[in-house]
Amino acid sequence: MIAGNEKSAMTSMERVLTTLGHQEPDRVPLSLLLTIHGARELGLSIKEYFSKAEYVAEGQLRMLKKYRHDCVNPFCAAAMAVKAFGGEVIWYEAGPPNSGEPIIKTEKDILSLQVPELSDTPCLVRMLESILMLKEKVRDEVPIMGIVVSPFSLPVMQMGFSAYIELMHERPELFNRLMEVNQEFCVAWANAQIRAGATVVCYFDALLSPTITAGVHRETGFRIARNTLARINGPSAIHMATAATLPVIEDVIATGTSIIGVSIMDDLAELKASCQGRLTILGNLNGVEMRRWTPEQVEKTVKEIIAVAAPGGGFILADNGEIPWQVGEEVLTAVSDAVHKWGRYPLVFHNE
Amino acid sequence: MISENKEVLELVDQLVRVDRLGAEKIFNAVREQTSMSRTVDHLILPALEIIGRGWEEGTVALAQVYMSSRICEELMAHAPPSSSLKHPDHPPMAIAVLEDYHLLGKIIISSCLRAGGYVFHDYGRVTPHELAKKVRDDSIEIVLISTLMLRSALQVKEVKRLLVEAGSSTRIVVGGAPFRFDPLLWKEVGADAMGANAVEAIAAITSCVKGNTK
Repeated sequence: MIAGNEKSAMTSMERVLTTLGHQEPDRVPLSLLLTIHGARELGLSIKEYFSKAEYVAEGQLRMLKKYRHDCVNPFCAAAMAVKAFGGEVIWYEAGPPNSGEPIIKTEKDILSLQVPELSDTPCLVRMLESILMLKEKVRDEVPIMGIVVSPFSLPVMQMGFSAYIELMHERPELFNRLMEVNQEFCVAWANAQIRAGATVVCYFDALLSPTITAGVHRETGFRIARNTLARINGPSAIHMATAATLPVIEDVIATGTSIIGVSIMDDLAELKASCQGRLTILGNLNGVEMRRWTPEQVEKTVKEIIAVAAPGGGFILADNGEIPWQVGEEVLTAVSDAVHKWGRYPLVFHNE
Repeated sequence: MISENKEVLELVDQLVRVDRLGAEKIFNAVREQTSMSRTVDHLILPALEIIGRGWEEGTVALAQVYMSSRICEELMAHAPPSSSLKHPDHPPMAIAVLEDYHLLGKIIISSCLRAGGYVFHDYGRVTPHELAKKVRDDSIEIVLISTLMLRSALQVKEVKRLLVEAGSSTRIVVGGAPFRFDPLLWKEVGADAMGANAVEAIAAITSCVKGNTK
């Protein structure tokens, strides 16, 4: 593959918007979902890094410059949404914070659950401040990604996965009550991020995948997604983390979302054929495996992905969820170099 | 080799539809005609294997795998205790989750093991040091470790180091998302085997008992 007549350089925003319009921009947009790596840039612990909005904004700006990618992402962790409901956040030295002991243990806990006020949750307020700071710096040149955990997937952390599956199957009235509360929170949290300056909201919902739920439960998840996304005042992406998406692409499109986050669990060529002209693909570097890739492996993988998914636009190169702490600077730089080398439109392919 | 006879396929159908009564009816019908041991070998485990394979192939959802394993565990729990212990002579075993609060994988494996007649310690959520100590204290020979995050998967290395340092030859079987996404990770962390699902975990246990690794 070689670069042909290169298009004039675009801003990251123009590049992403062009690919979302299913046209070819100047090069394939790169969106590394870097969250905790900003701590390393600033020489801070992960917990310390997320203690101040200024740190996160600075970390994102440094990574934007270093890796020359096309998005900033001031998200901390999914556990922060549970923190808003009174949950515990557990911090680690070498990984993202996790939610702790489930907060919902009884039927009464669901019946008494209230929609939390965003202003009462400092970690959410800090994220909004980070978005405001980033917006001031990147203006309309770089997309800012907001992130929410869907009402349908949040209970995995609120009450534990097994208890939630049982609730879904056996206590529909309590399930509905939980969804009502979670949906109100999700809409408020997403719209607050949009107001602060987020360009797009990534709606994390692994439970929409046929890998995780089936039948009427998955249909319910999609109904909730359609209703929730309709109330969010901005464009959205649906991300199912590392779970399969291909069998439910038509359902995803029916939500009105613009982007689908995918992993290696899907065949990228089939996915491209299904999404062509209708849905932009975000993916699908293997975030777990990539920490031990050599620069040569990175280049080969990036080239292969671009060859399959980038023609015609509608594609943003990314990892499959969140890049682990163990993925080093050398690998991330190699990903960026490969995209800048092989992702220039028009894409021209050798038989190699 | 799975025995895909009529009863097995009917049980699979009831399980993925989360029909407890339907599953119980099939279980009781088979149980009345044969021993508990044969019911486990020729009905329960083959059904769970088909469901596990369905998850690998994308035709069965994780929620269905979980509910199926719970139903099978309940069916076994209602059987006479003496007859439900199919493998009383297997080496001392334990299962644990390293640090995470995401326990689903461990719960599914535990349910399937119990449904298969295995007896084991459940250590719940532990740190590497806690796990190594419990393994030594209970003279565990096979420990199954479930993880969700790469960070915790890499902590298996520490468990291995602590066990080796203590002179333990306990076999480690790992499972969970990081090991599915990086097929070389189980070797890197010093595990003896990897089980992508419950049936693979049981196969790994069998392999460890025979002294093999895979």
